[in-house]
Amino acid sequence: MESTKNLHEYILTRLIKISGYSAIIFVLMIFYFLLREGLPTIGEVSFTNLISLRWYPIENYFGLLPLIGGSLIVTLGAAIFAIPIGICTAVFIAEVAPRWTRDILKPLVEVLGGIPSVVLGFLGILILAPFMRRLLDLPTGLTALAGSILLGGIAIPTIVSVAEDALDSVPRSYRDAALALGATQWQTIWRVTLPAARSGVMTAIMLGIGRAIGETMAVMMVTGNAAVLPIKWNSLFLPVRTMTATIAAEMGEVAKNSTHYHVLFFIGLVLFLISLGINIAASTAVFKQRRRAERILS
Amino acid sequence: MIVSTICMILFVLLSSCGHARETTPSSSHTPKISTIVNKGSDTLVNLALAWAEKYQQLYPNVEISVTGGGSGTGIAALINGTVDIANASRQIKPEEIQQAKANGVNPIEFVVARDAIAIIVNPENPVNRLTIQQLSDIYSGKINNWKEVEGNDRIIVRLSRETNSGTHVFFLENVIRLGDPNNKTLFSTDTLLLPSSEGITAETRDNPNVIGYDGLGYVTPDVKVIAVGSKPDGLFVLPSADTVNNGQYPIARDLYMYTNSQPSGAITDYINWIMTPEAQAIVTQLGFVPIEKP
Repeated sequence: MESTKNLHEYILTRLIKISGYSAIIFVLMIFYFLLREGLPTIGEVSFTNLISLRWYPIENYFGLLPLIGGSLIVTLGAAIFAIPIGICTAVFIAEVAPRWTRDILKPLVEVLGGIPSVVLGFLGILILAPFMRRLLDLPTGLTALAGSILLGGIAIPTIVSVAEDALDSVPRSYRDAALALGATQWQTIWRVTLPAARSGVMTAIMLGIGRAIGETMAVMMVTGNAAVLPIKWNSLFLPVRTMTATIAAEMGEVAKNSTHYHVLFFIGLVLFLISLGINIAASTAVFKQRRRAERILS
Repeated sequence: MIVSTICMILFVLLSSCGHARETTPSSSHTPKISTIVNKGSDTLVNLALAWAEKYQQLYPNVEISVTGGGSGTGIAALINGTVDIANASRQIKPEEIQQAKANGVNPIEFVVARDAIAIIVNPENPVNRLTIQQLSDIYSGKINNWKEVEGNDRIIVRLSRETNSGTHVFFLENVIRLGDPNNKTLFSTDTLLLPSSEGITAETRDNPNVIGYDGLGYVTPDVKVIAVGSKPDGLFVLPSADTVNNGQYPIARDLYMYTNSQPSGAITDYINWIMTPEAQAIVTQLGFVPIEKP
């Protein structure tokens, strides 16, 4: 009896351990695969070609800067939309809204998160892009801005859901203490609850941005996919081409092991490193802040 | 009595089964399974697949394998004798014919369908006609406002299919580069590359600034088609099955199949079937122009 229990225990802990390690193994394997398929680029394409401003793979122009710039401007725009709206919504749901509103809003936001991005892209191409063109009198509505708004919409449910959980898990005693000291509701939210939930809110933002930078379908449908480096003041209102859309649009037709194929994996590698960089930066920031917050609150 | 009847029925059934089993091989033996290997142009690959699928439904004793890879790949395979039919969206080059002759292959050409590119704009756009030179200047970024081509004072927004589309390459070579192989002009960088015909149609329908192009078969009635001319003082022609077939519309090309000189019966039958109205109806469905009915 005792031995079977031990055996069960042994198997279960091993299984959990394996699933825990598998995440690391998968990331390493993906990284290895990207390296293997992407690194030949360095030998096949000259460095000046890679940092040139033209992306036209069928004539061997492999300038990556317009694509990197396109991804960054769309993601930045999405962050500007999604972070304030997402966090305000989370604060409203967790702190301000009465019980019945919360019971409606929380599931609704989660339903919004479940809408496939291709559906949002379709709405974007048929409604959002024409509307933006008329509203702002642009030459075309298929712009970085339209992509940013859609990506913001895709990131908001993630941010709201995770941030709301973080705010919800702040102990009731913190709020009671703040209110007992005479703080208003707003002061309690801004000075006590949000700082206490800081790491969770930061995770929410990171997951949201991660969702945005990796999103492909919606972006490919509404940003116009013109490979222009977005450095002009009005670049947000012009078409751009993102790294993800480039990979998605071109991978299907490319000959295996051709230069173009290797360059597409190289773009995947760049994308991987960018999101890794964002995650590392964010987690170190969270770690520092958490130590400070814990010192103050303890 | 009953038992003997059942025995009789069983016996008859069994014997008839045995009889059937005996005749099956001999009946399927007479028209033996013939395999046709078909390879080449990516422009043609969907059409070739649709034809092959339909033909195999009609004639189950024929197996057709279709692969893409490009016109050059298909013709090279024909020269090496590894395929029966090569698909090409361009005519075979003289040096390829020489190589083929050296290998004992005599390529025979069949025009199996035609492909035309329609230039489309928003119905509100007053521009009705453009020359090939003007189209080249628009798409390469030399003309940026509609007023330079007798239109309104509006910025031109250029729409294109993605680079992996055969239509994109054809447009680049025959319109932007005016059919000159030494011309290295490229699309203007701010050209919008849309992943689907639907994307191009949706944006053209809505936006009076755009110019777009697509295969003739993909054009919907809610956009305006531009008449195209080779020379400013010459004829401007709207694309249609008639103007493509009589050669008046300038942005069109023939699509070819090449076989070796002595094709076997099955290959000849297949190519003859492709010329029938039934097979040419599939051409229309896939957005190409059917060849003129004889």
